[in-house]
Amino acid sequence: MATFSLAWKSLLNRRFTAMLTVVSIALSVTLLVGVERLRTEARTSFANTLSGTDLIVGARSGPVQLLLYTVFRIGDATNNISWKSYQEIAAHPKVAWSVPISLGDSHRGFRVLGTTTAYFDRYRYARDRQLVIAQGQRFADLYDAVIGAEVAEKLGYKIGDPIVVAHGASDVSFARHDDKPFRVVGILTRTGTPVDRTVHVSLEAIEAIHVDWQSGAPIPGVSISAEQTRAMDLTPKVITAALFGLKSKVATFQVQRFINEYPQEALSAILPGVALSQLWDLIGIAENALLIVSAFVVVVGLFGMLTTLLTSLNERRREMAILRSVGARPGHVFALIMGEAGFLTLFGVLLGLALLYLLLLAGQPIIESRFGIFITIDGLSPYEWILLVAVVGAGFLVGGIPSYRAYKLSLADGLSVRV
Amino acid sequence: MVIDIHDLAFRWHEGAPSVLTIEAMQVTAGEYLFIKGASGSGKSTLLSLLAGVTTAGTGSVRVMGQALERLGSVQRDHFRADHIGYIFQMFNLIPYLSVVDNVMLPCRFSARRRDKALARGKDLETEARRLLRHLDMDHPELHGRSVTTLSVGQQQRVAAARALMGSPELLIADEPTSSLDADRRESFIRLLFSECREVGATLIFVSHDASLEHLFDRTIDLAAVNRSGQDMAAV
Ligand SMILES: Nc1ncnc2c1ncn2[C@@H]1O[C@H](COP(=O)(O)OP(=O)(O)OP(=O)(O)O)[C@@H](O)[C@H]1O
Ligand SMILES: [Mg+2]
Repeated sequence: MATFSLAWKSLLNRRFTAMLTVVSIALSVTLLVGVERLRTEARTSFANTLSGTDLIVGARSGPVQLLLYTVFRIGDATNNISWKSYQEIAAHPKVAWSVPISLGDSHRGFRVLGTTTAYFDRYRYARDRQLVIAQGQRFADLYDAVIGAEVAEKLGYKIGDPIVVAHGASDVSFARHDDKPFRVVGILTRTGTPVDRTVHVSLEAIEAIHVDWQSGAPIPGVSISAEQTRAMDLTPKVITAALFGLKSKVATFQVQRFINEYPQEALSAILPGVALSQLWDLIGIAENALLIVSAFVVVVGLFGMLTTLLTSLNERRREMAILRSVGARPGHVFALIMGEAGFLTLFGVLLGLALLYLLLLAGQPIIESRFGIFITIDGLSPYEWILLVAVVGAGFLVGGIPSYRAYKLSLADGLSVRV
Repeated sequence: MVIDIHDLAFRWHEGAPSVLTIEAMQVTAGEYLFIKGASGSGKSTLLSLLAGVTTAGTGSVRVMGQALERLGSVQRDHFRADHIGYIFQMFNLIPYLSVVDNVMLPCRFSARRRDKALARGKDLETEARRLLRHLDMDHPELHGRSVTTLSVGQQQRVAAARALMGSPELLIADEPTSSLDADRRESFIRLLFSECREVGATLIFVSHDASLEHLFDRTIDLAAVNRSGQDMAAV
């Protein structure tokens, strides 16, 4: 006990260098725990890019591919689903709701998605959050479009602006549906999901802009105007994929098997949560690298402490001799330096955590609005506790080096002081 | 008998030349002993042995009846904390402790001295201030000051107060006056005497400055009792 109060006073006496050491440890701890926090938040946020949906159904393909084009709008479907099959599956007694999706067109690099208004009710992300229309409303008229936040921001669109949809993913002038322009009627709030980069229109609209098209090109000599299409039957013949919600989760595998073994068409049904974490494992190697790098930063911070303590030892040999003369054992000298290392590490960790929570509090609204990642500010997770205990343990381990050296020195010096 | 040395032989390391070879040396309780000797003659080494920081290779060093070489190193550290006050030549103080904290330092390591100090004053700080006052270091202004700003003479008086804290039986001073001027030397030594008298402590005072000799009860010339020194001189 006596030694720890000595250690404390000794640090206070050298408060400037002690503060520097504490700050360098603190910054490394902030980085370490911050990276860990972001990593888990990014992971859960990613795994919840699409939540609430029990099954995604598309033409037969691998789960990651199906996920990529339905959820992330990356790549294209190899095949479509017939409207008839979709309706049959939607009528399955275990199915509670369904949302059809039709992809294939784009607008200035942003994918256009044809769907029903049920999409706005059923689409959930980040632990059950619903899509919110920031301005305007859902599509009602045939040529209405609801755009994601990023589309609106990047292209500077307001309610009422016209939009021309291009055929396919690339925006080349000869493949534009410029005879049937859309109008922006709604802008969604930012979600941090691919919804932000999507232009939403009705399924009928997708049908309408393609009535005079065939195999990816306008039919020569045929031109049906935007107004004429309104009178036509615009029920789609095919869609790209569909989202399904089930009445009970228990039925998930039963319905999945039913779809995978659907006799009329080769279909795939995937569980979005499972497919999302498979995809994360694929791209998540970087997160581990990041954590390892920040662990090394902690090691660097602790080596700073080691250097400070070691270099101070020589000028403290007299102090050791004085302590020995009043009855301190070499063990006390060991404990004194160890106590200093302990205080430095402990305060480093505490300051680091304080800094982290301060940053989280300040950064939470910014991260949410910029990246759509909602960071929950709660206590330390068990894994974070393990990290912190490891840092403190490493601090004591590193502190053991100068402590042992001081122990040896005071044993050799005794009461004689050589400066 | 406070100190009783028999057939002592000491060398710092295996194979190093013998520094001390003392057949017999005794100091009685309450004595003020002056030990003189040239630089390098082994004065500090002898004090290390008396303080139990090092132990005799052969022979025996008894302090207050306790043969130090029979004690383990931890017990010797305890023994020193309990019974011995030590004053160095200079830089006696822990730079990061206040004047009063420096004086109270021995009580952190010895329960015995803490109890003795508490028996004298109502708390440790009162006792520390009492000692400082006796040593003419009681200006309130001095107590709060960083010890590194004290003059050398002031530092030595604080060191003396610390050595006397908790009334140890034996006071060892290793050239405590060599950094003081002649006037201050004598007054410092007289202060030490009066404090030792009050608690009945034995004082062992080492110096190569023979001019202080006349103040003490008795003088030991290390060159005369140390046969290692004679051998060295003969070489
Ligand atoms: N800790 C030590 N380790 C090894 N040798 C030592 C140690 N301390 C002293 N010596 C050696 O022991 C011998 C006696 O030294 P000591 O310090 O006892 O002399 P001294 O009489 O106190 O001299 P001075 O008047 O200069 O203080 C010297 O040769 C010295 O080099
Ligand atoms: Mg000496």
